Amino acid sequence: MNARIIAVFGNLVVAEIEGRVVQNSLAYCVRSDGVRLMSEVIRVRGNVADLQVFEETRGLRVGDPVELSEEMLSVVLGPGLLGRIYDGLQNPLPELAEQVGFFLQPGRYIHGLSLSQTWDFTPMIKPGDVVSAGDTIGAVPEGDFTHRIMVPLAWRGEYAVEQVAPAGLYAVDQELAVLVGPDRQEQTVTMQQRWPVKRALNVSRRKLLPSEPLVSRVRIIDSMFPIVRGGTYCIPGPFGAGKTVLQQITARHAEIDIVVIAACGERAGEIVETLRDFPELTDPRTGRSLMERTIIIANTSAMPVASREASVYTATTLGEYYRQMGLNVLLLADSTSRWAQAMRELSGRLEEIPGEEAFPAYLESRIAAFYERAGAIELHDGQIGSLTIGGTVSPAGGNFEEPVTQGTLKVVGAFHGLSRARSDARRYPAIDPLESWSKYDGIVEPESVARMRELLHQGREVQQMMTVVGEEGTSIEDFTVALKADFVDNCYLQQNAFDEVDAATPADRQKFVFGKVLEVIETDFQFTDKAEARRRMFEVTDLFRNWNYAAADSEEYRHWLDRIDTLILQANNSATA
Amino acid sequence: MRKYFDEIRKIAGNVVTVNASGVGYDELAVIQSAHGESLAQVIRLEGQQVSLQVFAGSQGVSNNDRVRFFQRPMQVPFSDDLLGRVLDGSGRPRDGRSEVRGEMTEIGAPAANPVRRRMPDQMVHTGIPMIDVFNSLVESQKLPIFSVAGEPYNELLARVGLQADADVIILGGMGLRHDDYLKFRQAFEEGGVLGRAIMFIHTAADPVVECLMVPDLCLAVGEQFALQGKRVLVLLTDMTAFADALKEISIIMEQIPSNRGYPGDLYTQMARRYEKAIDFDTAGSMTVLACVTMPGDDVTHPVPDNTGYITEGQFYLRGGRIEPFGSLSRLKQQVNGKTRDDHRAIMDACIQLYALCRESREKRDMGFETSDWDRKLLQYGALFEQRIMDLSVNIRLFDALDRCWRILAECFEPEETGIRRAIIDKHWPQPNADLRGESAGEPNAAPAKA
Repeated sequence: MNARIIAVFGNLVVAEIEGRVVQNSLAYCVRSDGVRLMSEVIRVRGNVADLQVFEETRGLRVGDPVELSEEMLSVVLGPGLLGRIYDGLQNPLPELAEQVGFFLQPGRYIHGLSLSQTWDFTPMIKPGDVVSAGDTIGAVPEGDFTHRIMVPLAWRGEYAVEQVAPAGLYAVDQELAVLVGPDRQEQTVTMQQRWPVKRALNVSRRKLLPSEPLVSRVRIIDSMFPIVRGGTYCIPGPFGAGKTVLQQITARHAEIDIVVIAACGERAGEIVETLRDFPELTDPRTGRSLMERTIIIANTSAMPVASREASVYTATTLGEYYRQMGLNVLLLADSTSRWAQAMRELSGRLEEIPGEEAFPAYLESRIAAFYERAGAIELHDGQIGSLTIGGTVSPAGGNFEEPVTQGTLKVVGAFHGLSRARSDARRYPAIDPLESWSKYDGIVEPESVARMRELLHQGREVQQMMTVVGEEGTSIEDFTVALKADFVDNCYLQQNAFDEVDAATPADRQKFVFGKVLEVIETDFQFTDKAEARRRMFEVTDLFRNWNYAAADSEEYRHWLDRIDTLILQANNSATA
Repeated sequence: MRKYFDEIRKIAGNVVTVNASGVGYDELAVIQSAHGESLAQVIRLEGQQVSLQVFAGSQGVSNNDRVRFFQRPMQVPFSDDLLGRVLDGSGRPRDGRSEVRGEMTEIGAPAANPVRRRMPDQMVHTGIPMIDVFNSLVESQKLPIFSVAGEPYNELLARVGLQADADVIILGGMGLRHDDYLKFRQAFEEGGVLGRAIMFIHTAADPVVECLMVPDLCLAVGEQFALQGKRVLVLLTDMTAFADALKEISIIMEQIPSNRGYPGDLYTQMARRYEKAIDFDTAGSMTVLACVTMPGDDVTHPVPDNTGYITEGQFYLRGGRIEPFGSLSRLKQQVNGKTRDDHRAIMDACIQLYALCRESREKRDMGFETSDWDRKLLQYGALFEQRIMDLSVNIRLFDALDRCWRILAECFEPEETGIRRAIIDKHWPQPNADLRGESAGEPNAAPAKA
C-alpha cells in the first residue's frame, strides 16, 4: 500500500492511493520531521481518499507519505478505565502532561490502559466450558466494582475453554485464557480488548423498556420531568442558562454506578473544575471518592476538531462496555452541538451539498444513532445493565428551531429546556416548567405531577392576564393562583446548587416536600385582600426556603417543618370555622 | 538556500495562489512586488497550487512577482523588550522604534493540556460594583463585553486594564479607529502602566489579514509571560472585526458559509483563541477581556452568539451601564464564597428584586394601579441604579456590599428580600430602628446551629 498527500485544507487531507483502502479505517499522515498524525478515511473517490486528521495539520506538505491501516478508530477496554481522564482519542491526559509538559503535542499517542498495573484476577470458568462473546471468564476488583473480564465482545460463535489462568495478579496484556473457536483455532484472552467506537456495543439477550427512575436529586427533574435508567434526555439552552452546571450537578449527585463525562468542544476550565473537585468529594453511597466512578473524556474547544467528533463515540463505547457488566451508566455529553458543528466543518471542507444552516444532510440520522446507543439491556446471564444518555444542546441564538435541537427532540425521552428568562431572573435550575416534558414516569404519582403542572399553567395565564388588566382587574382567587404558582417555583422548582443541603434532594425528601407543597396549594387561605395574600405567601415561601436549607432530621429541619405544619393547620381551621 | 517561486496563477481578494512545491500547511511566506514586501500565510495546498492569504492585501501584486517561503509558521519575537512597545498585525514596530529582538515563538501553537490547568481562585478587583459584587472577574477568565457601536466599551476596557493590577497588559486592537488607539495609549500613559503594556494594533485603515493575526500575536506573547509566572491581562477589541476578517477570507476561498456568511468553523476559530486564557498549575495566568460589538444590538448574531458559548460569561454594556440581566461571570462562584459570607446572598437578592422592579415598572408604565409592594420595588430600583449600577461608581467590594444592605433596608422588610434568616440576622443594618417593620419583631428566627 502506498499513499501520498496531494492536498491539505484545514484538517482535511486528500491522498492519492495505490491499492486497497477501507472506508473509516485509520491512516497516519507522516510529517517531514517524522511525526505521524492520526487520521480517518472518510471518503474514497477512485484512487483518491479524503482523510480527516485528528490533529493540527500545520507543516504537512504535498508529497508527504500516508500510512494506511485496516483498523477502525477504536478504544481499548479493560480494568483501569475508571477515574481516568482521556482526550477524544483515549490518550490519557495526565500521562501526556508528564511526557510533554504544559501543551499538547500532535502525533503523541499513549495506550489507554496502564500496562504496569496488576489486577487481582479470579477465574470463573474452567476448561471444557463453552462460552461466547460477552461471557465472563473471571473478575477483578476495580474500585468498588467487580470488573468482569469478558470473552471479547466482537467474537462470533461458541468457543471451548482450553485453559484458564489461576487466580493471581496479572497485567492487562497478560494471557488469561485460551479458547478454541469454531474454526478450531486457538485464541487467547487478556483483560483488554478493542472495540471500534462508531459501532454500537451491545451483546445481550434483548433490549428492555427503560422504566426505573434515575434519581438525579434535582427536584424539578425527578419530580416533574423524570429520567430513567437506560433512557435519553436532552438539555437545550442558550449560553449562560446553566447547561453545564446542571450536568455537573447531575454527575455529582445522580444515583447511578458510573458516570462518563464527555466534554466535547466546551470550555477547558469547566473540566478542570471536575478534575479538581471530584477526587475530593465522596460518593455518599459508597463512601469512596467520586472520581472512582467517573471517566472523563475531555476534548475541549481548543483541541482538534476531528477528535472532538470522535470523543462522543469514545465516551459512548466506554459507557456501553461497563453496561456489559450489569452496571448502570450515565453518559453526559456536553455539548452535542459542538459535535454536530465538527461534522458541519468537515462536511463544508468536503464540499458536500449543505442542509439547513449548512449542517450536513445526515445530521439527524447521526444524532438518532447516537441516542439509540442508550438503553437498558438484559445480559446473557439475566442481569440488567443500562446506559442513560443526557446531552446538552447549544442552539445558535438560543433558538430551539435550529436543526440540532429539532433532530434531538425527535429521538429523546425527556426534554429539559432551559430558558433565558428564568436564568436572567436567577431562577436556577433554569428548566422551563411549562415547555419541558418527559415521557417517563418518575418518583411522584403522575396525578400529583399533573396537578402541579396545571397550577403552573394557570399561574402563567393569570400572570399574562395581569399584564393586560393589571392587578386591580384580577380577582383575589386568580391572584392567589398566581401567588401559589410562584410559591411552587420559588420553593420547589428552584434549587441552590451552591448550598450544601439544597444542592441535592434525595428521592424520599423530594416526595415528602412535594406532598407538603401540594398541601399548601390545596389550602384555602381565604385571603381578604391582595396585600394580605402577598404577605402570607411570602411568609410560607420564606419558611419553605429555610426548610430546604436545613439538613435532613436536624433540629433546624424540625423547627421549620413544625412552623409549616402549624401554618397549614391554622389556615385550614379558619377555613372550616 | 533560498528558493523563489514566481508562477502566480490567481489573485483574488487578499488571496494569492502560486505554483510551488515542498511547502508546508500554515507556513509563512513573503511576496515581493513592485509595491514592496508583504508577509503571507499558507491557507490551502492543492497539488502544486499553494494559496496564501497576503497580510498587506493583494493590491499591486502581479502574476510574476516572487514568493519566498520561510519553511516555518509565523513567529513573534518574545522578550522583556516588548514591554512598552506598539506593534502591528505583522509584528512590526508601529512606534517608529527599532525591531524587537527576542526568542522567536510560534503563534497559534497547540492548546494547553487541560490537566495542567489549575482552578482559578483569585478575584480581579475592578472597583466596579456591577462586576465585583454581581459578576466577579476571576484571574484566567475569558470574558467578553457585549456592546454596540457608540457605547463606551473601549473606555471600560481601559479602566479595567488600569485598575486590575496585572503584571503585563497586552492590548490587541482590531479594526480600531486611530482615535481609539490614541485614547488607549493616553489612558495607559496617564495610568502609569505603559511600561508594562504591549500593544498590537490593527487600525481600520490597515490590511484585513493583519487583523486576523492580532489575537494570535497577543496570546502567544501573553502565554510566554504567563509561563514565566506573570499574571497577564489581554484586552482584545473588537472581536467582531476579527470574525468579519475570517468571513472575508473564507468567502474568497469559496467555502460554504453556515450562518450569515460566516464560515462553519467560526466557533472553532474563536474558541482556539479565547481558550488560551489559562491559569497554569505551576506558572502564571492569562486573563482575556474582549469587546464584541453586536451588529444591530442582536445577541443572536453569530459573532456574539458563538462568543457566549465559548467564554466564561459575558458583560452587557448598554446605555452606559453594565446590565444586571444577562451579564454573567461563570467563575464568580470560585471566588465569591470566600470574600464575605453575605456576598452571594446580596448578589442573588439584589438581582431578583431588580427583576421584580422591572415588572412593576412595566405595570406602572401601562397605567395600572401600583400596590404598596410595587412602590417599594420602584423605590428600590431607582436607588439601585443610582448608587450601584452607574458606571461612574468606583468603590471597593466590601463598601459596595454594605451599600447594597443599606438600600435593601431603606426599601424592604427583611423577609421580603428572600435572604435567609441567618444572613439577615448578621448583616441587616440596625442603626435606624424605625426602618424595621412590625413583622420583623416576630419571634421567627431559626434556632442557632449547633
